[in-house]
Amino acid sequence: MSRSEPILKVENITKSFGTAHILKGVDLELPKGGIKILIGPSGGGKSTLLQCLNCLVTPDSGTIWFNGSVVDIQKSKELYAFRQQVGMIFQDFNLFDHLTALDNIIIALCKVKKKNKQQAKERAMVELEQVGLSDKGHLYPAELSGGQKQRVAIARALAMDPKVLLLDEPTSALDPELVGEVVAVIRSLAQKGMTMIMATHQISLIRNLADEILFMKDGLIAEQGTPRELLGAGVCTLSQGFCDKLNEITGEEI
Amino acid sequence: MDDLGFFRELFTGLNRGLLMSIMLIIPSALGGLVIGITAGALRAFGNAAVVRIGDGYAALFRGTPLVVQLFVLYFGLPNVGIYLSPYWAAVTAFVLCSGAYQSEYVRGALLSIKRNQYLGAQALGFTRLQTIFWVIIPQAMRRALPGCGNEIIYLIKYSSLAYIVTFMELTGEGKTIATEYFRFTEVFLVIGFYYLILVSVAKIILRKTEKALEVPGFGSA
Ligand SMILES: Nc1ncnc2c1ncn2[C@@H]1O[C@H](COP(=O)(O)OP(=O)(O)OP(=O)(O)O)[C@@H](O)[C@H]1O
Ligand SMILES: [Mg+2]
Repeated sequence: MSRSEPILKVENITKSFGTAHILKGVDLELPKGGIKILIGPSGGGKSTLLQCLNCLVTPDSGTIWFNGSVVDIQKSKELYAFRQQVGMIFQDFNLFDHLTALDNIIIALCKVKKKNKQQAKERAMVELEQVGLSDKGHLYPAELSGGQKQRVAIARALAMDPKVLLLDEPTSALDPELVGEVVAVIRSLAQKGMTMIMATHQISLIRNLADEILFMKDGLIAEQGTPRELLGAGVCTLSQGFCDKLNEITGEEI
Repeated sequence: MDDLGFFRELFTGLNRGLLMSIMLIIPSALGGLVIGITAGALRAFGNAAVVRIGDGYAALFRGTPLVVQLFVLYFGLPNVGIYLSPYWAAVTAFVLCSGAYQSEYVRGALLSIKRNQYLGAQALGFTRLQTIFWVIIPQAMRRALPGCGNEIIYLIKYSSLAYIVTFMELTGEGKTIATEYFRFTEVFLVIGFYYLILVSVAKIILRKTEKALEVPGFGSA
């Protein structure tokens, strides 16, 4: 799997906010169907890196390849087209507050993909069904639970037929009892072969889903390897130490 | 004694004035909204120069009495060769003054939309314009509506100042009759009642609009 051509690749991404150097030259390759998981201490730059990948945050320098060709992020047309193919899931969902669950999906299909209303609606229903919310389409974000909001957000991203999904702590804003439903949806995406890069503190996801774990610290990828290499019995790695700490907090078994 | 003649003249005059007031209020309210939305959007999203001009406009028209604005437009402009009829002087002043206040509500509402709404749209591939048009404005509109509605209610009441530049609307007609019969109390009580009805109608329309746009989680006052 790791031998196939990368669908998304970045080289030497740097980003500073004022005098704070947040990303200090990050390289990354995401093969088709691969799942990489970003872990590391708070403030290490995980969110910033993910947002640099689809240029929600414009990197100061670096190159982005998508499907084998360089993305010219100065050209807004090219950038918008690129973003359509890279789905993003945020910690706090970022649903459009003035639209129902169904309309959140429909508007993206109609305005960005230029589908007609009927096609968009059909597709939106299919995606809601996939995340188990076909009966909640008429509800507004304020009427949904956190877990339901996140599942709508995933449905909305998937309706755009993304080639890659960027997930930034998709379960961190959820009450513990709601984490499971979102984790289940992410797992089923992984089974279907979705290419993903995800920042998460969810031990079960880290251990069972990752092809590769990237440990980010101080704006650099400090450690990189398979879960077995980094978290196997007896190894002594940054990642191992980090996950041990997570375990102490959550009490979750590795 | 001459009550019948007085009341006949009073209501004929006031009804005529009411019509004139409505002809002032509706274009002024719509014009004020258009200016307010435009100026508010420019003040929220424009470049530094545009923002400065927009802020200057709002500061000027919110910072000076409406009477002064009316006087300048009606009595001052002829000095530079621009002659406005009483009607157009009043409408212009009301549009500019109301627009300045409306722009404040619109600007505040646009800026109150959280960054995550922009991020959500951008991540889906929305262009900047699509984001503003389909996500930011529909939300901001709902936030601005109570403030903008209030401003229209104020406008209904300050439209009475048009009589100062000799435009015969509700207050002007009433004042003429009051002076003629020297019956100020009754006349102004009736005028007050007319305005109360205008404001009540406006309130019903605003309430209906708010209801129609209501979305759970967007607390509208
Ligand atoms: N827009 C911004 N302006 C200034 N500083 C920022 C901005 N965004 C992020 N930072 C800073 O960059 C650093 C890295 O933030 P980032 O959110 O990428 O970390 P993270 O690894 O995702 O942390 P967490 O685990 O808490 O989500 C932080 O110190 C943060 O304060
Ligand atoms: Mg983060």
